[in-house]
Amino acid sequence: MNQASAKSSPFPAGFFDIAPILVGVFPFGLIAGIAAVEAGLDSIQAYAASPIVFAGAAQLAMIDLIGRDAAPIVIIATVLVINARMAMYSAALAPAFRELSPLRKAYGSYVITDQSFAVSIIRFDRVDETLSDRFSYYLGASLGLWVTWQISSLAGVIIGSGVPEEWSLDFAVPLVFMALVFPAIKDRASTIAAVTAATSAVAFVSLPLNLGLLVASGLGLVAGVIWSRE
Amino acid sequence: MTTLSPTLIWILLGVAGLGTWLIRLSFIALLGRTAAIPDLAMRILRLIPAAVLAAIVTPSITHASGSFDLTTDRFVAGVIAGLVAWRTKNVLATIGAGMGVLWLLQAIS
Repeated sequence: MNQASAKSSPFPAGFFDIAPILVGVFPFGLIAGIAAVEAGLDSIQAYAASPIVFAGAAQLAMIDLIGRDAAPIVIIATVLVINARMAMYSAALAPAFRELSPLRKAYGSYVITDQSFAVSIIRFDRVDETLSDRFSYYLGASLGLWVTWQISSLAGVIIGSGVPEEWSLDFAVPLVFMALVFPAIKDRASTIAAVTAATSAVAFVSLPLNLGLLVASGLGLVAGVIWSRE
Repeated sequence: MTTLSPTLIWILLGVAGLGTWLIRLSFIALLGRTAAIPDLAMRILRLIPAAVLAAIVTPSITHASGSFDLTTDRFVAGVIAGLVAWRTKNVLATIGAGMGVLWLLQAIS
């Protein structure tokens, strides 16, 4: 965060701090919209996933599993496992949110994302301001991302049905996951978790109900936790 | 293409959305009534993105043709995109490299 944003009023400062990240969010949302149409969702449902679920990786994984007719329980479990990390963000933001009204807590929670959490927690650490200003800053960042996600995924739904199959645009979905996985690999434990999960996923690909993803993720987590104990 | 009914898809969206919101709200709503996240849970939560994303991405390139096959255009494009992702950590560069290589391989085959 630069000096200018630290001095300006908090809501626009939050927006300006997240703006560079939004450039990368836009194509991700576009792909989420296109993927939903290609998975066979009608246009309204394809778009509705963005305001209802409002998640990046989990939303994309959900659409992918719906397209493959996975078991409903597996679809839900996958979304919740991917989004479980947000409990961590909830715990980290809780002190800054403690005096907010229930309504603000409700919609403030709904717009938590990896990106708005990251910029906000850096700001809270560096700038001493009131809880109300902190919430304004957080909302500036979070709503910037929310609006970008809604517009980009809606654009994806609109152009989705018009994309020729020869363009193989469905391949953009694993590419997005590829771009997300490497920043998540930060240390030995996460490397072990990722490598174990990746090889297990290949080994268990033919498990029924698309359970391979959850089983492989579980094995990766166990391996990573065991490793991080040493 | 999915054969799940639109009604079922609405239910799935609703449950996924509500569940996700409750996860986001969890500690914000409970503050003061619960201790911090236990250490083990924290370690698991930290590892989830690396494990789950790796488990999603690998079969999509190793089983691009439906069965295990490391000679597909998608596997080659995926590996190159993976190298770009690893070096740049940039979403646009990764998508650009992966789609570019895939289109190139499809054009020359």
